[in-house]
Amino acid sequence: MRRAAGTCDDDGVMADRQTSRGPAADKTSNDAAPATSGGTDLLRLIRPVEGRLVAGVAQGVADQLRLDPVVLRLAFVLLTVLDGIGAVAYAALWMFTPRAPYEGREPGRDWSQIAAYGAIALALMALGWLTGASAGGIGAWPIAVGGIGSLILWQQADPDRRRRWMDSTVGQARKNWVRTIAGLVLVVVGAIGFLALNDELGKAQPGFVFTLVVVGGVALIAAPWLAGLWKELQRERRERIRQEERAEFAAHVHDSVLHTLTLIQRNAQDSREVMRLARSQERELRNWLYQPKQDADASVAAAVRRVAAEEEDAHGVPIEVVCVGDCPLTPELSAMMQAARQAMVNAAKYSGSPAVSVYAEVEPGEVTVFVRDRGVGFDMSEVPEDRMGIRQSIIGRMERNGGSARVRTELGEGTEVMLTMKLESS
Amino acid sequence: MGNVRVLIVDDHRLFRSGVRAELGESIEVIGEAEDVESAVKTIAELQPDVVLLDVHMPGGGGQEVLRRVLGSGSQVRFLALSVSDAAEDVIGVIRGGARGYVTKTISGRELTDAIRRVAEGDAVFSPRLAGFVLDAFASTEAPPIDPELDSLTQREREVLRLIARGYAYKEIAKELFISVKTVETHVSSVLRKLQLSNRHELSRWATARRLV
Repeated sequence: MRRAAGTCDDDGVMADRQTSRGPAADKTSNDAAPATSGGTDLLRLIRPVEGRLVAGVAQGVADQLRLDPVVLRLAFVLLTVLDGIGAVAYAALWMFTPRAPYEGREPGRDWSQIAAYGAIALALMALGWLTGASAGGIGAWPIAVGGIGSLILWQQADPDRRRRWMDSTVGQARKNWVRTIAGLVLVVVGAIGFLALNDELGKAQPGFVFTLVVVGGVALIAAPWLAGLWKELQRERRERIRQEERAEFAAHVHDSVLHTLTLIQRNAQDSREVMRLARSQERELRNWLYQPKQDADASVAAAVRRVAAEEEDAHGVPIEVVCVGDCPLTPELSAMMQAARQAMVNAAKYSGSPAVSVYAEVEPGEVTVFVRDRGVGFDMSEVPEDRMGIRQSIIGRMERNGGSARVRTELGEGTEVMLTMKLESS
Repeated sequence: MGNVRVLIVDDHRLFRSGVRAELGESIEVIGEAEDVESAVKTIAELQPDVVLLDVHMPGGGGQEVLRRVLGSGSQVRFLALSVSDAAEDVIGVIRGGARGYVTKTISGRELTDAIRRVAEGDAVFSPRLAGFVLDAFASTEAPPIDPELDSLTQREREVLRLIARGYAYKEIAKELFISVKTVETHVSSVLRKLQLSNRHELSRWATARRLV
């Protein structure tokens, strides 16, 4: 039995490690491969996030060439104004240069600088138009427009960026459509502009019809096949997600549930221990299935649940917890939790009650905790002065922290401890 | 009142036979069903006094049984029984028409009591359900649409609070100096509000807080 459990555990750990290693390993190899193949000290061209104005291209190139980014920005602006080639180059670099990895919230852009460069561009353009110097260079403009359009479309192919867009809400999905359409329109405008500028538009007309017919025919032929392919892809994707979920589930069940079942078999003769194991596993599984991650150090409800769980484990008596409302834990409320813990310990240890009920309620002005058992009860006046449990750990502690405690008990009637703490700010 | 005729609806055979063995003398188990289809059919055939209804079952679960049986105008009473303590499930079956909700860890004696109570037309609240109701009605800040249905009276709140503290009806009656019958009336009235109040907060609260 022990051996079987041991080997099982090893498998579990291995499986765990594998699943957790998968994506991380992929990422590092992806990132590392070009860098190592490119040589030893060569810096890779990347687009930094910090200090970028548009996409970080100029900044990245400047880092690469050890120049001031201002020089490169001016160069891009000048080339753009002259014949649009600057925009094309910028777009191409944007497309093919990876973004520098960046953790946390992205810093905003310096809009005043962007405005300054825009103003320079406008001024140069006006100058060129007035003097007629750049009239000849207008030919590259459609290419620039088309380039920006295709840039927008290409961006969607970047899985990282797409994830970022998809992560967010429905409004983002609509934005995605707007992006796609804007990109398409720019590309089409660019293409038509190119043809128009070269006086090819009229000649291209029959060609357009021909192309439309061919493309339409191909689309008709390929559509069912493409649709099938798409469906198949979606199915595979779903299947993969499901498998990952199943693997995670199996890992959890293995680590906790199977382990507990093994322990229960080994402790079968000790009914109290079996009960304790079953309860603690039940609680853990419930938490895992239904409960949002809660920080036991942060809120009253989470703290009450944790204290009850710990005492239940320690004494093998079921403690049923009901919480209404919640609020952050203050030092006073932490003291209250300690008093509640002592009350639970007393109930579980000495009352002989088969179960303990804990009820915690957070109201706007105060927090109340009730700990109740149906055990033997006791006579308050008979409790010796030196018994620290009730007098010091419960009543004394509550009073020192500005709260109050009341104990209601009778021989044979069980005991109820009521703790109250006023909340200040609300 | 004679024997209460009970139908057990649960997809776990082991659990059905366990409940059967635990129930007291005054309860007569007249049948069992293991899924939604057979439950709907058997209920129509046997007309039990009380149906012990599991929340999670193949084919739509307890809520589907409630919808189909109560939707057809039947007056059969349901007591929901489940391992799940998720707020969604609890509030879901109560709003679906069950007259009470207890968890499967309940003792045989307590379950017998609960069945008798439901058979007599009263409601059965576990401490956890009482906590959910207090939380759900307290957490709403919007003004009630229908003041009669959308808020609890002071007395109802007191009764629920005592249930949540683990008090039995008899103990609540003693504590508040009222009769057990009055306690039952208060609980039934809370049940009615819970079922009829159309404030969306109740359902939204339940889904937003998948508490155990």
